[in-house]
Amino acid sequence: MALLEATNVTKTFGGLTAVNDVTLIIEKGVIASVIGPNGAGKTTFFNMLTGIYKPDKGAILFDGKSIGGTRPDQIAALGMRRTFQNIRLFDNMTVLENVLVGMHTRLRVPFWQIIASAPGVRREETKARDEARERLAYVGLDAKREELAKNLPYGDQRRLEIARALAGDPKLILLDEPTAGMNPQETDAATGLIRRLRDDLGLTVVLIEHDMRLVMAISERISVLDYGTKIAEGDAHTIRSNPRVIEAYLGKGAAGAAA
Amino acid sequence: MATMSPPTNLWEQVKATLSRGPTGYSFLGLYAAICTWLLLTNPRTSLNTDIAFALFLLLLLIIYRSQVALGFKVVLGGAMLLVVLPIFGTLNPFYIDVATQAGIFVALALGLNVVVGFAGLLDLGYVAFFAVGAYLWGILSTEQMTLMNPAWSPVPPIMFYPFIFLGLIVGAIFGVLLGLPVLRLRGDYLAIVTLGFGEVIRVLANNLDRPINITNGSQGIRGIARPPLIFADFVRDTLGLNLDDQQLYQQFFYFAVLLIVLLTVVVVSRLKHSRIGRAWEAIREDETAAIAQGIPLVRTKLLAFAVGASFAGAMGVIFASKQLFINPPTFDLIRSINILAMVILGGMGSIPGVMLGAVLVTMLDLQILPRLANVLRDLQRAGAPIPSAFDPTQYQRLFFGLLLILMMIFRPTGILPDERRKEELVDDQEVDLPLDAGEVDGGEPPSPTQAPPGSGPIA
Repeated sequence: MALLEATNVTKTFGGLTAVNDVTLIIEKGVIASVIGPNGAGKTTFFNMLTGIYKPDKGAILFDGKSIGGTRPDQIAALGMRRTFQNIRLFDNMTVLENVLVGMHTRLRVPFWQIIASAPGVRREETKARDEARERLAYVGLDAKREELAKNLPYGDQRRLEIARALAGDPKLILLDEPTAGMNPQETDAATGLIRRLRDDLGLTVVLIEHDMRLVMAISERISVLDYGTKIAEGDAHTIRSNPRVIEAYLGKGAAGAAA
Repeated sequence: MATMSPPTNLWEQVKATLSRGPTGYSFLGLYAAICTWLLLTNPRTSLNTDIAFALFLLLLLIIYRSQVALGFKVVLGGAMLLVVLPIFGTLNPFYIDVATQAGIFVALALGLNVVVGFAGLLDLGYVAFFAVGAYLWGILSTEQMTLMNPAWSPVPPIMFYPFIFLGLIVGAIFGVLLGLPVLRLRGDYLAIVTLGFGEVIRVLANNLDRPINITNGSQGIRGIARPPLIFADFVRDTLGLNLDDQQLYQQFFYFAVLLIVLLTVVVVSRLKHSRIGRAWEAIREDETAAIAQGIPLVRTKLLAFAVGASFAGAMGVIFASKQLFINPPTFDLIRSINILAMVILGGMGSIPGVMLGAVLVTMLDLQILPRLANVLRDLQRAGAPIPSAFDPTQYQRLFFGLLLILMMIFRPTGILPDERRKEELVDDQEVDLPLDAGEVDGGEPPSPTQAPPGSGPIA
C-alpha cells in the first residue's frame, strides 16, 4: 500500500484553479520530486497535503487514513512533517528549543503534572533534550544548539528545519525547495543529507525543487505540474525527454527544436 | 553576549566586588540591617520613610541579583518580607498597604505576561478577569444576594478561602470565553477585540442593576465580607502581639497576597520551561510553523488565556475583600493599560522583570509621583519660578507617560529583560542597520504572520 495517495485533488482560489485534478501516489521509502515552473501549484499542493488548505475536490490518504479535512497539527502528529520554502524557524528561540518544539506531539506529561513538577516531568524533559541533541548531531548542528536560530548561517537554518521535522519521528517528510538560495557546495551537502534521510532513517521524502541537477540526481520518481495540472510523471530519463515538460519550461517551439 | 566580558570600569568593579564572596555577604547583611533600622525608626509617613521604603525594595532586587549562595538569599529575602515588613506594617499601616497592592499587581502582571509575553497575544482587556473575581466575591458575600432574590442570603465570610480557588476557576472560564472568539485574530485586531471585551465587562458591571440588581450599577458594592480572623487568638496570645482587628486584617491580606504571588511565580516559571511554554513561544514566533510541528493552535492559545486570567480571578476575590468596596471605574481601561505597562516596563516574558515592573509602577502611582507633585507644589509655594497655573498634582500621569516613552527609547527590552529576548533585540538593531538581511539570503519577503503580535503596536 502506498504511504500517500492524493487522488484527483483540486483547489481553486476565486477564479484561479491553482491545482487541477492532480493525482499523486507516493510509495513507502522513495524519494520523489514535484517540479514545475513558478506558479505551477506545487506549494499549494503541499499545503493541501499538510492540511493548511482543504482540497475542494479529491481525496488524500496518508498511511491508510483519510486526511482530506484534518487539521494541520493533527496531520503533523500522524507523522507527516514539512519544511518551508521561505525558512520558518522560531527565530528567537535557540536551536535546541526549535527541535524540542518539533518534538511537541511526542511529549505527553499533562498540564497539572507540569504545575506540580511531578517526577515524570523532569524525566521526560531530560529524555527529550537528549533526543533533540541526537537529531541535531545528525544534521551536524549539535555544537550550535545554544545559538538563536536566526543567528545561524543560511545553510544551517535549512538543516535546522530538517532536524526540527525529524524530531517528530515522521514517516513522510515534505521538503519545499530545500536548496533554494544555496551555493553549489551547500547544495551538494543538502543532497547528501536528503539521501541519508531515506537510506539511514528509512524515511519517505517528497521534495519540491527547482535545481534540476539535484532533482535528476536523487529522485526515483518525478511529477511535473504546469498551471495546476500534472503534465508528466516518471523517472528522470522519461521526464528529461518529455516534450510537454520541455515546452512548459522553455516555451512552445522549444520542444520541437530540441527534438 | 557582551555581558560576560571582564569588569572594565569602576562601577563594574564595585558591582562585582559587592555581589559575591565575603564582601557580598557583608554588604547584603549590612544593607539589610541599615534598611531595617531606617524603617523601624521612621514609622511616620514622610519623605524619609519613603526613601527608607524605596531602599528596602531596592534591597530585595539586589538580593535577587547578587551571586551569593541561594540559601542565604532565601533566608535574607524571606526575613525581610516575612518579618521586617510586617513589623513595620504594624507601626505604619500605609506602607504595608502599598506592599499589598504591589503584590496584587505583581500577580496580575505575571498573569498578563503569560498571554502577552509568552504567547504573544496582545490583551488590552485583562482587568476584566480581575473584575470578574472581584464581583464574584462582591456579589455573593453581600446583601446583593438578598436584593437579587429575597430567599437568598450572602455566603458566610469563612467561604472566602474556597472562593479564592473559585475565583481562579471562574477567571479561567472567562479567559476561555474571551479566547474563543479571538482565536483567529492577530496583533492589532486582537488588541481591539480584547479592549472591547474589557469594556463590555465594565459596562455590564455598570448596568446590571436593572431589571434585577446584580452588581448595584455605578454605585458599586459596599460592605464586602472579610474572612473571619481565625488566627487572631494565635497572634494575640501565642505571639503576644497586641494588634487590633484592623491591623490583623492588613497583616492577613499582606500574607495572603504574598502567598498567591509565590504560587503564581512557581506555576508560571514551571510552565515557561515546559513543553507548554515552548509551544506558546513557538506560536508567538510563527503560528504557521508552530502548527506544522503538531501544536494545536486552539487549545494552546486558550490555555494561555485561561492560565493568565485565572490569577487575575483569584486576586480579584482577595482585592474585593481587602478593599471592602468595588465599583466599575476600578476596572477601567486605564487599569488594563497600567498592567500592560508593568509587563513592558519590566521586560516582556521575563518573570523577575515583570515583577519588578509591577512593583515599580505601583510605587510610582502610590508614592513617587504624588510625592514628586507635593515637592513641586511646596517649591511653588516657596516662590520657585513655576507658573501658578501649573498644578503639579494634575500632571502625575504626564510624568508617568514621559517615563514610559524614555524607557522605550533607551531600554526597549525592559528593565530586567528575558535573558534570551535581550539578545534578540540587540541583534536586531545590529542587523537592521547595515542591510536588509532577507535580500542577501535570497529569501522570501517576511510573511505577515511572522511579525510578533505583541511588539508592533507597543514598540
